[in-house]
Amino acid sequence: MKAEDILSEIKKDYVLAKLKDGERIDGRKFDEFRKIEIHSGIIQKAEGSALVKLGNTQVVVGIKMQPGEPFPDTPDKGVIITNAELVPLASPTFEPGPPDEHSVELARVVDRGIRESEAIDLEKLCIEPGKKVWIIFIDIHAVDDDGNLMDASSIATISALLNTKVPASRFGLGEDFKLPIRDLPISVTSLIVGNKYLVDPSKDELSVGENTLTITTDKNDNIVAIQKSGGYMLSEELFYELLDVSARCARKIREDYLKIII
Amino acid sequence: MLKPKLIVDGKRLDGRAFDELRPIKIEADVLKRADGSCYIEMGKNKVLAAVYGPRELHPRHLQDPSKAIIRYRYNMAAFSVEERRRPGPDRRSIEISKVSKEVFEAVIMKELFPRSAIDIFVEVLQADAGSRAAGINAASVALIDAGIPVKGIVTSVAVAKVDGQLVLDPMKEEDYYGEADLPIAFLIRNGKIESITLLQMDGRMTKDEIKRVIELAKKGVMEIYRLQRDAIMRKFMVEEDEG
Repeated sequence: MKAEDILSEIKKDYVLAKLKDGERIDGRKFDEFRKIEIHSGIIQKAEGSALVKLGNTQVVVGIKMQPGEPFPDTPDKGVIITNAELVPLASPTFEPGPPDEHSVELARVVDRGIRESEAIDLEKLCIEPGKKVWIIFIDIHAVDDDGNLMDASSIATISALLNTKVPASRFGLGEDFKLPIRDLPISVTSLIVGNKYLVDPSKDELSVGENTLTITTDKNDNIVAIQKSGGYMLSEELFYELLDVSARCARKIREDYLKIII
Repeated sequence: MLKPKLIVDGKRLDGRAFDELRPIKIEADVLKRADGSCYIEMGKNKVLAAVYGPRELHPRHLQDPSKAIIRYRYNMAAFSVEERRRPGPDRRSIEISKVSKEVFEAVIMKELFPRSAIDIFVEVLQADAGSRAAGINAASVALIDAGIPVKGIVTSVAVAKVDGQLVLDPMKEEDYYGEADLPIAFLIRNGKIESITLLQMDGRMTKDEIKRVIELAKKGVMEIYRLQRDAIMRKFMVEEDEG
């Protein structure tokens, strides 16, 4: 056994022992997020950006935009392309190379939240129907993985979109304008341990097994995306409970950190 | 593109009721070389699943001394959809492979086969919405065909919201134009639904709608489960007769 594995086993026992007493190792409530910090507009070269700290987890999201061709089935709508990179600087277990299943899943679940909540008014991003629309590139760059990159990325993405300016003048397409945002989708990820849940799990908590459920809600508490991740069995009762918990947590994040009228 | 009306006179485009599955055909043990296999048709979906293993895992550093490693590859044939798709995994296939693998990690008694690999290969020959569910349903039968100990049968189906109506087992048009889609898989043991093993959703639904979706899905999977069980029984009955 490697030292790292032994450490992980010790952490796992500690997390489980605490859980038995109805506590989390860092003293948080079961439905409590770690401290969130949002630093918007930190990348001047990008059309929009945000650094989000969720406890010790850090994610940078940058938005770039350029005119391009629409999809044939949505000729009058802008296009969203979401990508996530788990760069080796963020964790001893991340390796360089093409996106693996974890980064693909991360990007696709964040993308679903933005897309399905219709957070971006894509019809306002049509330049010439069928020919030219704005392409929005959302690039998620994990820089420190201390657990729950999913929610850190979700918060960073909507924060970055909120300060995105469409660079129309650079392409000779009139004046720059603010990216039209009309919803605030927020994902809430819970670690599942038996019939218990821990919202916003830290890396130490995830040592008990990376079994999570992500539920994304829009500003009206509608559910817009769900992703069960990990080889575990989920009970119906816990799922229904988490629908409520997730909507409540998302509402709090919106009120505390994204207080913007849209 | 104009969205067609998907529900006319309380019926779906193909005449089905809201809680009605497409026709399903399941056959176990269809491939000679694989340790276990299954062919399934769910509506226009035509899907093959094969299981290899437990077998030695290479490279050796990937081996787990406490259990078998499960690998799952969902792959769509280039000709499986209207417009030819480039062969090989795209991001959607990578995600489907991941969540499907996790379904079977929870269900296979992998502790019985340390250091080995169990490979599940799913080839979608024709796709028409619901191919990940078809793949999981076939893989579950193929695993039993291969004689690999499992905690039960896994059965999967999708439910969609189209024109404000919740419908079981959406076909292509309903999936494409619908407001929401929720693929789900359950572990069924001794004829009873025990827990959720796959759960995804995209679209927009209220909490109450999601609860109704789950009920609709449970009704659907029980019907599919009976067909899976029949396919397995048929295969083993033949073996008994022959020998």
